Order: sequence, then C-alpha cells, then structure tokens
Amino acid sequence: MMTTVVIQTIARVVVPFLQLFGLYIIVHGPVSPGGGFQGGVIVGASMILLALSYDLSSAETKVSHKVRIAMDSTGALLFAGMGLLCLLVGGVFLEYGIIPLPMAPAEVRGLMILLVGVAIGIHIMALAASLFLHLAEEHDT
Amino acid sequence: MDDSIILVVMTPFVGAYLSPLLGLWRERLCHLVAVAAALLSLFFSFRLAGSVLTSGTIRYWVGGWEPPWGIELVVDPLSAFMCLTISLVSLLAVIYSKNFIEKELPGGKMTSYYTLILLLIGGMLGVVVTGDLFNLFVLTEIFSVAAYALVAISGKRGSFIGSYRYLILASIGTSLILLGTGYLYIITGTLNMADLSVRLPAFYDSWVVFGALAFLLIGFGIKTALFPLHTWLPGAYSIAPTPVTVIFSAAVSKVGGYSLIRVLFTIFGLEFITDLVPVAPALTWVAAATILVASMFAISQTSLMRMLAYSSVAHIGYVVLGVALAVEMGMTGGILHIFNHALATGCLFFCAGAVIYKTGIRRIDDLRGLGGKMPLTMAAFTLAAVSKVGIPPSAGFVSKFYLSLGALEAGEWIFVIVILLASLMTAVFYLRVINLIFFGGDKHEGKVQRDELPLSMLVPIIILALGCAVFGIFVGIPLRLVEPAVMVLSGM
Repeated sequence: MMTTVVIQTIARVVVPFLQLFGLYIIVHGPVSPGGGFQGGVIVGASMILLALSYDLSSAETKVSHKVRIAMDSTGALLFAGMGLLCLLVGGVFLEYGIIPLPMAPAEVRGLMILLVGVAIGIHIMALAASLFLHLAEEHDT
Repeated sequence: MDDSIILVVMTPFVGAYLSPLLGLWRERLCHLVAVAAALLSLFFSFRLAGSVLTSGTIRYWVGGWEPPWGIELVVDPLSAFMCLTISLVSLLAVIYSKNFIEKELPGGKMTSYYTLILLLIGGMLGVVVTGDLFNLFVLTEIFSVAAYALVAISGKRGSFIGSYRYLILASIGTSLILLGTGYLYIITGTLNMADLSVRLPAFYDSWVVFGALAFLLIGFGIKTALFPLHTWLPGAYSIAPTPVTVIFSAAVSKVGGYSLIRVLFTIFGLEFITDLVPVAPALTWVAAATILVASMFAISQTSLMRMLAYSSVAHIGYVVLGVALAVEMGMTGGILHIFNHALATGCLFFCAGAVIYKTGIRRIDDLRGLGGKMPLTMAAFTLAAVSKVGIPPSAGFVSKFYLSLGALEAGEWIFVIVILLASLMTAVFYLRVINLIFFGGDKHEGKVQRDELPLSMLVPIIILALGCAVFGIFVGIPLRLVEPAVMVLSGM
C-alpha cells in the first residue's frame, strides 16, 4: 500500500486528538450523548489510522495482541463485576442506586454509569482495534 | 428475589471473559475455568428448578426497572427444564473436551475454543430465561455467532465451507426473527412477552401480525432445523469438534425449538395458533415430514457423524410434533423428548467422537469389530441407540409413548403411524451399526489395540448412557417439571 510522509505526519498529529476526543466522549457518557461504546470506537479507530498510514507492525507494537486480549477481557469483566456487585449489596443485577455510598442514589447511579462506561470503553477500544488488525494480519491457513 | 436466575446466565459469560485472560498466562487453566463455570451454571439451574417447583414462575427485573420498560427475566417450569438440560449437557461436553481438544485442536486454539463454548452456553441459557422478545433475538445472535466460529475452529478441510453455509442460512434466520420482532413492536409498541400476549388479541385480524408470525416461524424454523430448512445441519454437525456437536444436537437446536414454543404459546397463545390461524396443525405436518425425510436420509449415510446428524434432525421433529399437537399428552411427550433425546444423542455423538479420537474412523463400514476393542464405549452406544429407537424400558420409549398417546388424544391417528414407521426406520440404521460393531468380524486385527478412553471422556459417556436407562424407569423425575410446564403453556 502506498503511504507518504504527508499521510504519516498528518496521522501522527491527528491520533492524539482522536484519542483525547474518544476519552472525552467516554467520561461524558452520563451527562451527554456518547458513552463507552462510542468513545471506545473512536480510540480504537485511532489505532486503525496508525495501521493504515504507517504499517501493521507499527500499530502492533503500540497495542500487541496480548494487550488487546487483556483489555478486552478486563473491560467485560469489570462491567460484569459492577453488575454483580449490586447483587452482593442485596439489589438486583445492574441496580446501581442501591450501592451504599455517601451520596444521593441519583449521584450513585451517575457515578456507576461513568464507571461502567469506562469499563465498556476499555473493552470496545481493544475490540475495535482487534477487528481491523486481526483481520488484516497474515494468517497461516 | 431469587438471584439464581441472573447468575445462571452470568457465570458462563464471566467464565468466557476470564478464560482468555488466564489463557495468556497458562492455557491449561481455560479448561478449569470452563468446567467451573459450567458446574456453577448447573448448580444455579438446580436452585432455579427448586424454587420454580415450590413457588411457581419467577420474574426478575434487570436493573430494578419495571417491565415493559426494563428487561424482564422469566423462569417458568419450561425454562427451568431447559436450563437443567442445557447446563447438564454443557458440563459433560466441557469435561469431555479436555483430552479431545488437546489432541484434535493443536496450535494454541484452546483458549478461543473454551471462550467460544462458554459464550455458546451463556447465550443459550440467556435465551431460555429471558422474558423479552428483543432480548431473545440478541441472545440468539450471541450463541449463533459463537456456534459459527466453533464449526470452523478446527481449520480442517471443509470446516470453513460448512461454517459458511451455516452462517448464511442461520443469518437469514436471525434476520427474519428480527423482522418479525420489529413488526410486533410496530403494532403493539412493546417487546415484553407477557405484555405482548395481552396486547396482541386486539390486532388478531391484522396482516402485520400474520406477517410477524410467518417471519418468526421461518426464522426459528431454520434455527430448529425443520425440514426443508435443515440443510445446514449435517455439514455443520459432522465438521465441528465432537463436544461442540453434542452441544449443538442436544441443546442448540432444542433452544430453537424452545423459542418456537415461546413464540407460539406464550406470545400468540393457544387459541390463535390452533383456531384463528391453523399454524399448529400445519406444523404437525412439517414435523412429520421432518421425521420421515430425515430418517430416510439417515439410512443412506456412510459416515457415522452424518448418520447421527440426520437422526438428530428427525428427533427434533418429534419434539415439534408433540408440542404442535397442542394436547396435553402430546406436549408432555414433546417436551420430555427434549431431555430424553439430549441424553441419547449426546451419548451417541460422544461415542462417535471417541472412535475418531482413538482410531480416526469416520465411516460406518470401518466400525467392524470395534465392540471388542472399546467394549464400554460401544455398550454405551448401544444403550443410547436403544433409547433412540424407543425400545422399552429406555427413556426414548417413554417420550414416544406419550407422543403416540397425544396423537390419539388429538384424533390424529396418522401421526401414530408416522411415529411407528420412523421408529422402525431408526431401528434399521442403528441396528445395522450395532451389528457391524459387535458381529461384523474384526477389520482391525492387530491394528487397533484393545484400549478404553481416558476417564474425562469415558465418564460423560457412561453418565449419559445410564441416564437413558434410568430416566426410562424413573420417568417421574423429569415429569415433575414437564407437567407444570405443559399446564403453564396451555394456559390451564
């Protein structure tokens, strides 16, 4: 694939802003449109941009296969854990309001949705990057 | 509220995400995670069944949001029965995987195998406990996607094309299910099954409802592999790794049947599907055709796996036939057959896998004389085959007996003939195999050692084979859940 120094430079400038924007969308999930999924996809897309403008291996060195698997599983497990935490304190699955923190139930819900958004964000950013990188890399068969 | 209902679904999912994490460190740990998750699911299924029996249908509002706004999980006796069947078969399949997968799936695929199989189990358990039509679609899609990948996982010749055919047909199925769900949502404004069943009677003369019913029927018909929508099944079954095939035939296609029952009986209701639109009578004929055609195909197969796959299609026909007869005896027989067939087909596929594991034999002709080499496995095979043919006092006999009584109760004596004829055909192809195994001379003199299986493979086989015999005598145990399930479904 053809890639030039112009493409590479622009990509290098854009990638940090893309990632910052993605993180912004993740943490603003509880109060504005967006959330873990949307933000995670944007962060993941920044890795795809790296792979397209440089080459696959440079993106692989930034987030290796193992790191992606670890992030993917950790994000999903954190989400499941927060749902199951509500069971431990006597509520039903995902009933955030019941978690005993020194705040109003509505604020607890907001906080938990933020944390859930972060967990989903971690999960999705690894997943979005994997979808591209894994399909693009060379396979034995 | 009883938390078992969410835990039964969440344990396989948590296991599914735990296993890649641990797999990065030690690949062998994935097996332990999978066994632990399946064991816990079985435990929670038992607790669910216990509380359903003592206190009736359980409803659980996820996140504390009241239905129809929130997602509601509902476990009635039928769901609890399905949960037990699925988690029992899954646990045995996961245990069986240990040695089988180490040999058949080399090259670091163990982690993805256990992750996918746990997703498959979790998705199926989710389908049977949910009380929300859209949730049912999502979970169907989850377990289907895991299933496509599992068919192709070995990477052997033919596995990709088998998986691709399955993918195309099953995706058409799920698309139709989504369309049907959308139609119902447009006209009623709700996705909750209980709410749907209350609101639908006002629209019984609407074409939108007929369209939705047709889409859902065909969609779940593909998942259940009813004739003529069964063409994806033999290819997928014979290529997938054996433990996966066992889960497919004993659970995945049954979950399709379960969804069909839910749509017909819980959402549309008995009156609509028998009197207003004669769906149930039409389904009985489709089921009868499935039974006869699949049995016929099974006779002509030369590969053991494909023969068992066609036989499995035929037995799905029995389940649908019984339920679609819409009389008490028939439904009892149909639902009971879900469990009895799961035991028998699981055992048969396990044995066929064991033969492949030990000798690499796939053709029926090459089975000659294996009875002397693997006596315990082949005895289990015989026991399960007896149950499939329906010879008393095996478990298969009991459910076929109920089915025949149901056909008589409904006044449809022709289906009694279908059941008897199909049992005869089943006897033809199983007795041929058993005859070859024990009395066919010895084709492998000196080549194959007299050797039994490793314990992790033998134990699941023996458990299922004994189950075929025990539940033929102690029919009352599964019937304790089946009878209330029939009561709830027929609205009594």
